[in-house]
Amino acid sequence: MATGTEPTSTTGASGVHGPTRAAIPARHLRTERWWLYPASTAAGLLAFVVYSTWRAFANADYYHAPYVSPFYSPCLAENCETMRAGPNWELFGGWWGLSPALLILIFPLGFRLTCYYYRKAYYRGFWASPPACAVAEPHKSYSGETRFPLILQNIHRYFFYAALLVAGVLTYDTVLAFRDESYAWGHMGLGSLIFLVNIALIWAYTLSCHSCRHIVGGRLKHFSKHPVRYRMWGWVSRLNARHAVLAWASLISVAAADFYVYLLSVGAFDDPRFF
Amino acid sequence: MSSYDAHFRVWRGDATGGGLGDFTVEVNEGEVVLDIIHRLQATQAPDLAVRWNCKAGKCGSCSAEINGRPRLMCMTRMSVFDRAETVTVTPMRAFPVVRDLVTDVSFNYAKAREVPAFIPPADLKPGEYRMQQEDVGRAQEFRKCIECFLCQDTCHVVRDHEENKEAFAGPRFLMRVAELDMHPLDAAADEGLDRKRAAQEEHGLGYCNITKCCTEVCPEHIRITDNALIPLKERAVDRKYDPLVWLGKTIRRRRSG
Amino acid sequence: MTQVERQAWDVVVVGAGGAGLRAAIEAREQGMRTAVICKSLFGKAHTVMAEGGIAASMGNVNEGDNWKVHFRDTMRGGKFLNHWRMAELHAREAPDRVWELETWGALFDRTPDGRISQRNFGGHEYPRLAHVGDRTGLELIRTLQQKIVSLQQEDEREHGAYDARLKVFQECTVTRILKEDSLKEGGRVAGTFCYERESGRFFVLEAPAVVLATGGIGKSFKVTSNSWEYTGDGHALALLAGAPLVNMEFVQFHPTGMVWPPSVKGILVTESVRGDGGVLRNSEGKRFMFDYVPDVFKEKYAQSEDEGDRWYEDPDSNRRPPELLPRDEVARAINAEVKAGRGSPHGGVFLDVSTRMPAEVIRRRLPSMHHQFKELADVDITAEAMEVGPTCHYVMGGVDVDPDTAAATGVPGLFAAGEVAGGMHGSNRLGGNSLSDLLVFGRRAGMYAAEYAAALAAGERPVVDPRETGAAEAEALRPFSAEDSGLPHTGRPAENPYTLHQELQQAMNDLVGIIRRQPEMEQALEKLADLRVRARRAGVEGHRQYNPGWHLSLDLRNMLLVSECVARAALERKESRGGHTRDDHPEMDRRWRRVNLLCRLATTDGRPELPEDPALAHIRLERREMPAIRDDLLELFERDELAKYLTDEELSS
Repeated sequence: MATGTEPTSTTGASGVHGPTRAAIPARHLRTERWWLYPASTAAGLLAFVVYSTWRAFANADYYHAPYVSPFYSPCLAENCETMRAGPNWELFGGWWGLSPALLILIFPLGFRLTCYYYRKAYYRGFWASPPACAVAEPHKSYSGETRFPLILQNIHRYFFYAALLVAGVLTYDTVLAFRDESYAWGHMGLGSLIFLVNIALIWAYTLSCHSCRHIVGGRLKHFSKHPVRYRMWGWVSRLNARHAVLAWASLISVAAADFYVYLLSVGAFDDPRFF
Repeated sequence: MSSYDAHFRVWRGDATGGGLGDFTVEVNEGEVVLDIIHRLQATQAPDLAVRWNCKAGKCGSCSAEINGRPRLMCMTRMSVFDRAETVTVTPMRAFPVVRDLVTDVSFNYAKAREVPAFIPPADLKPGEYRMQQEDVGRAQEFRKCIECFLCQDTCHVVRDHEENKEAFAGPRFLMRVAELDMHPLDAAADEGLDRKRAAQEEHGLGYCNITKCCTEVCPEHIRITDNALIPLKERAVDRKYDPLVWLGKTIRRRRSG
Repeated sequence: MTQVERQAWDVVVVGAGGAGLRAAIEAREQGMRTAVICKSLFGKAHTVMAEGGIAASMGNVNEGDNWKVHFRDTMRGGKFLNHWRMAELHAREAPDRVWELETWGALFDRTPDGRISQRNFGGHEYPRLAHVGDRTGLELIRTLQQKIVSLQQEDEREHGAYDARLKVFQECTVTRILKEDSLKEGGRVAGTFCYERESGRFFVLEAPAVVLATGGIGKSFKVTSNSWEYTGDGHALALLAGAPLVNMEFVQFHPTGMVWPPSVKGILVTESVRGDGGVLRNSEGKRFMFDYVPDVFKEKYAQSEDEGDRWYEDPDSNRRPPELLPRDEVARAINAEVKAGRGSPHGGVFLDVSTRMPAEVIRRRLPSMHHQFKELADVDITAEAMEVGPTCHYVMGGVDVDPDTAAATGVPGLFAAGEVAGGMHGSNRLGGNSLSDLLVFGRRAGMYAAEYAAALAAGERPVVDPRETGAAEAEALRPFSAEDSGLPHTGRPAENPYTLHQELQQAMNDLVGIIRRQPEMEQALEKLADLRVRARRAGVEGHRQYNPGWHLSLDLRNMLLVSECVARAALERKESRGGHTRDDHPEMDRRWRRVNLLCRLATTDGRPELPEDPALAHIRLERREMPAIRDDLLELFERDELAKYLTDEELSS
């Protein structure tokens, strides 16, 4: 058959059960537990959404000197708890009556929501588009990211810039975590360690971002003319290969850091101090 | 060395219909699924249609779906299956079936023609090309592609939505656009061709929702999504959705103009 | 017969590998409407299997290289049986053909100064092979394929149709070259008879010029690196059209094919493994190749392991290790080691890179070998040695052609290029010379085919003899009526084509394989006669739509013809040279260098047609004297060296 043959167009056909395809009634013939991945992804993401919604709206128990929950940092409204030398910047003044977390969480949330990894995760896990490879999806039509609202995914890099700022603030918070309850420097507790791990993962996740990889060097046509950016691109690429793992690890660590502050704050136990 | 009898279900039929046929067939140590299909041909079903060529994972002809997963039959060893397991082999389900395991893959050849070819730089004669290894490395990864079309087969954009075939080039040919855009000497820009914009506007890059099935099935382990499709999306953003880039360019143009 | 569809083209190219595509590009660029017809999908040709590289003396890595050195290496590799003019053209034009690929988008590996990197290979004095990792053939085929697409895009812009001037008929098979008068000897080519594999539909492409670029014959052997397409179609088509084949006794056994597991036995392990530092060891751990350096190469190769190892770093003051001897020498050595009981557990020898290079370097330089062994044999070549043994790889013999124009002898309008053409490589091909051969002679065949077609005015074009079309159709349909051939009717076809094929492969492998003996070859000829008789009864079930049993039945005719050529020529040549090793005549004989053996169809009444009785010999041999090598080319060699190859008589003149 010549290469000139145009693909047959069969409008109204339904994917693998279309009239030209091999007649196989099953939606898929996969024999392994393919649903495990989308199901666990959905469960994991859902758990985080529930937890973070509760914590974000709680507007309480987010500061226990010297630790501030990453959900509430930086704190941009007047109704924030006072954190000595902490990330209190009252940009929004006194009219903001809701939880101050909502002001800042938009950015990391947007960063993760438009992240190339999370997109895969929720398109598969929540939207079943597709549920797994070679498993027919349940939707009648599909336009991907060509139209509103999903075309907005293209603004990922702006959330990346914002995420850099947020990561900067969380780094500052981590430095502040090397104080004790009375703000004396040079101390470390379990919380400091948790914050340290969290900020390392946050940075690794942020810098492993595909947009970051593009901005740092991926957009170049000639690496050889930009040796420094080429080397940086190499580093980011190596991190980028683990973007999915870092996405989960940092998601868990940020929740863990917040939960730790919550536990201290409600007095569940005292922060074990190392020195 | 030990042989055993395996249970196979192989789809037989053509465009008018068909179904899975049951076979019991001998398997020897070290064999791959294609060996078993050949044994069926030689002993039980001489007219069983199957496309194959090199039998070494280099030509990308023997694409099919084995236990529902798009794979090369020559690179699927029988040892990955349990001996008691029934192995199901069907043709690729995203393309029109011709007969048995053979599908009409002309969609891919039509798409290949829609991607404008490499444009050589006007000022360089043959033999004068100079390129650094680090500059060709990215495109070389994509040129490992053996055109087995498993990525095209598994991509839900066309697999599950026949109507998208017109607008969407598929992972293989979006990767081809990326390859050319990353080619250090491609002179498309000099000819007024913007491959980044074309990826979005002509080849349907926006349909891709980066769910990575193309990468999962690639027998050459090309990181199609991370290294070709996402960078291409980012390049399209540079052109179409990034006011900073736009601003920078306008300023530069002012200065030089 | 009227229902057979006909299409008129200027040039038809049979085969879409490197040579075919290069020929088609050239013919189309010369302004001819060109059709390419291939058995597989477009872009799947056997060329993708080539791993090492394209030999071209660009001198990018070692400036000492030039076409003369390349010519010299090629002649030595072929033991001076090469057609000198082809070897000269090949060496002169190869660099241009490689550079041209870059302008079509090819991306070769680079040197530090940005030029095309070149690697060492067996038989080449300098690093000479342009490469892309170990998938150079894929790069070549993809580049040519994409060039074709770009020409089609041009045509679409100008003529509104992609196929207007260059069309690929994929998954179609040519069963006959059609001529203007089936009774006339030396009649002109008028077209090809083809069928579509997908539907079984017959069609005729009418064209005054046909380029054969169908590759080799490896599928006639059991252990082979070749794909299913390599059934010697072009060789057989040329024979049936009345053209002779030359050098058919020379079949290259690549020294390193996989030997285990059985299902992948024969799959190639690229020579670059050795070029990059891999060594061959026997079961005693000894690097045995040092014991197998023949006299003609004694001065050129290292005598000790130390010297050989130093060569990789400092090739100017050391000699190369004997692992890099031409392929025929290495294949024979491995064969001898295994026979002497020093083989590996699965009947090969060990090829080791794991102790020679860091794992990281192996993965980078030999990615597809690493992948191939991991996936197919579950062997990690960075940690353990590979087991390898000889595998049928390439046929040096082929259609006898004019060196400059690639025109087949005696059949106006028929051209041949690539593996299907003979002469270029003499008795043994050097690694890397195949891809360059495809490009150099593919282009020439396309160019001269176009020139030939263009020279014919509209009214002068040969017209297909309708008798030829009718005969071709009847021949192609015969497998479906085989069960009615008067044999005990069982409801099943009389002979299973798959069984016949397996028996043929076994016979060729065992009886006309890497080491040959007179009684075995005689036995092979008897077996071939028996198979020919049975092949007439080969039949198939089902219908014509994508029926592999039917396809194989048709290909059997071709395999039987070329196998007979190999066996007859091998029986006739009473010496050992290159890809032809006789146990009973182990020495190279200078008098035999002057002789070319031509195979022709044994015809009963002068016209090129298969004999009625399948038991009769189908092939007759003819001896022809080799043309004298031009003086300035002879001067490239030391007289002492020439004395090993040329007779005293030739030397004195």
